[in-house]
Amino acid sequence: MKKINYLEIEGWSGKLLGLLAVLGLITLAGLGATYYMEHHGHYVTGMNNQIVWGMPHVFAIFLIVAASGALNVASIGTVFGKTIYKPLGRLSALLAIALLAGGLMVLVLDLGRPDRLVIAMTYYNFKSIFAWNIILYNGFFAIVIVYIWMMMEGKMHNYYRPAGIVAFIWRLILTTGTGSIFGFLVARSAYDAAIMAPMFIIMSFAFGLAFFMLIILIGYPCMGRPLGDKTVKTLKNLLGVFVGAVMYFVLVYHLTNLYGTEHHGVEKFIIAGNTEFTKIFWILQVLVGGILPLVIFYSKLSNSRKWIGLGALLVLIGGIAQLYVIVIGGQSYPLEMFPGMEVISSSFGDANAYHPYSPSLAETLLGLSGIAVAILIVVLGSKVLAFMPTSLADKEVDPHSKA
Amino acid sequence: MKYLRFILVLLTVLLTGNTVLAEVPGPVIPKGNADKCVLPTQEMRLHHMEKILHQRDNTMHKGIRTTKFSFKKCITCHVVKDDSGKAVTHKDKRHFCNSCHSFASVKIDCFDCHASTPTSKSTKSNAGGKP
Amino acid sequence: MNNQDSSSDGISRRKFLAAGVVTTAGVSIASGVSLLSIAQAKPADQSVTDKQRWGMLIDTNKCAKGCTSCVDACNHENGLDRGDEQHSRPDQKAHWIRKVELKDKATDHTVSLPLMCQHCENPPCVDVCPTGASFKRKDGIVLVDKHICIGCRYCMMACPYKARSFIHEELNNQLDYAPRGKGTVESCTLCVHRVDTGGTPACVEACNTAGHKAMYFGDLKDSNSDVSKQLKIHSSTAIRADLNLNPGVRYRGI
Repeated sequence: MKKINYLEIEGWSGKLLGLLAVLGLITLAGLGATYYMEHHGHYVTGMNNQIVWGMPHVFAIFLIVAASGALNVASIGTVFGKTIYKPLGRLSALLAIALLAGGLMVLVLDLGRPDRLVIAMTYYNFKSIFAWNIILYNGFFAIVIVYIWMMMEGKMHNYYRPAGIVAFIWRLILTTGTGSIFGFLVARSAYDAAIMAPMFIIMSFAFGLAFFMLIILIGYPCMGRPLGDKTVKTLKNLLGVFVGAVMYFVLVYHLTNLYGTEHHGVEKFIIAGNTEFTKIFWILQVLVGGILPLVIFYSKLSNSRKWIGLGALLVLIGGIAQLYVIVIGGQSYPLEMFPGMEVISSSFGDANAYHPYSPSLAETLLGLSGIAVAILIVVLGSKVLAFMPTSLADKEVDPHSKA
Repeated sequence: MKYLRFILVLLTVLLTGNTVLAEVPGPVIPKGNADKCVLPTQEMRLHHMEKILHQRDNTMHKGIRTTKFSFKKCITCHVVKDDSGKAVTHKDKRHFCNSCHSFASVKIDCFDCHASTPTSKSTKSNAGGKP
Repeated sequence: MNNQDSSSDGISRRKFLAAGVVTTAGVSIASGVSLLSIAQAKPADQSVTDKQRWGMLIDTNKCAKGCTSCVDACNHENGLDRGDEQHSRPDQKAHWIRKVELKDKATDHTVSLPLMCQHCENPPCVDVCPTGASFKRKDGIVLVDKHICIGCRYCMMACPYKARSFIHEELNNQLDYAPRGKGTVESCTLCVHRVDTGGTPACVEACNTAGHKAMYFGDLKDSNSDVSKQLKIHSSTAIRADLNLNPGVRYRGI
């Protein structure tokens, strides 16, 4: 295989400046929203004592899950030795850090007392999966930075494979931890399932890869660098497999719940109810996020890069919808405290058939700014250091090419 | 021209030093309502946070409610009243804690949750114990 | 060895040993008895121990539908009714205790009960708190240490009884024995400020004053306490007993 040349983004083109300006504005809007929410208190948000985690958490968890999956591309090259993935390793690792930073920023800025972040880093309750996640996320940053350094530094060439293996195992533990945030909660009918952890792992594969594909499908033409069909096709096929796998896990999760009578309430609520969650589940999560991308990836449409890019975008939209159903839908369904009984009245909302949630602009802006920060880190990082290969043309990267 | 930098710095200090290094009036700290505090003043000035933090962990986690470093007692003894006889809260510059903390520019975290003035007795039952 | 009781030599070894044992036993029992009698009010400078476990029994047969004495008393006791939370929507305002009215779908039998933090022996809220702010005291009372609460609300997600509330705005009218503040989570404290000085929770007191006497409070580990005696006589259960959390609050009649 030929030696791959990496190069920073060259020059300050109008497109680049325009992109940075837009991302900067969204980030500022998110930070402004945070100040507004922190100063007044959470009464300005749509969150309340029933829906305690809202839009910011939907975006934060989406980004954190995608972050771990974004490292997949690098792992397949480093750990599993697939040649065509190797040139993509540096960018994949950068994207992983960027998405995690964006997600954590949103999560931390929504805390009731964000000024006490130092306490969260110094007082640990080791029985809490949340506390473990804090350690895992920080460790992820450190490990991936080391991994990137070893990929970039010629002298460390012999060590990048062990670093890649450590990073791979670490991110599997990390995503298991993220899924277990929900899986370990016995209180709520929609959570309390061991399948949450592996489902999050497979979701991370799909979302992370979709982000990665969008970055190179949009970025390479913008930079004027060649992007070969072989790379695009390989990634597209992989994303198709991952989307299918996510559908499988969702199917198993719901089938299991449908079998046990005790879960019929929450199942009816999600898949056959008369709230927004049913619509979001079927239309956005299943159709837009699952079926449509599969159709695009496995039909003649996949010959067009525009369609593949659209498919990746639909996967991401479906991913946000899936997290919305999990995070918000799971809280909206009332707690089943008195089986067989109907709550006639309660001064704390127990009698409601479901708890409504309408996100405020501030919390949605905060969530969106997480995505903006992630892309900002990727773009600025690539401007400063050589993360992206000068060419991903087939003859450069394909081990079977005739050149 | 190598003396230029030195001259510029000297000029800046001479011209602005008047304001920067001028005598700023110290904080006016109201006297407490007892003969003396539970510890000597200088010791309290240096170590009051340690005492408060230690007491809070004891009370919170072990239920130890000794009155020597009881936060409620601090607030009660150090209450400052305005002209109409009403106790001023921590938002007021005359509040005991605020009078020094605003001078030292150290934000007080306690009064986000704790009452900064003594509150009137509640209707709580006192079976067998003192408040 | 000479074991003879020799009264002319003064007290014998056997008599001395016997007297010593009796005296020691007497002192131990006496101090134990006196400790029992003031078990309710421990000295202020001593740590709570696990020799006591505070709990409640709620007799739903005596709980009056539509009565909110316990809720009103709690709100008054802890400063929830002092004009704070002006900006929060009703669904954002804090609730420490609430009245719930239930109907059995199969039999149409209705019942009402107060619902507050159940002070579980194995609290999920304590398990999930990342900083350890949600903790269980040795005597069984589950509390939020608001000094280290970062306001992540994970405990609110985890609580099977939805007992916790989040403060959505700045508060100014706190009572000095019941601190509460913006951005932290709170819930029923079992009136720990009263219990630590030998009192009973405000809700129990109010229910008794209102004449319903549906709530018993006391030391679950003391078989002589009212609550333990009542628990022994009639059957009682915990809400969501299948979760095996062993709450300190039990109910009769559901």
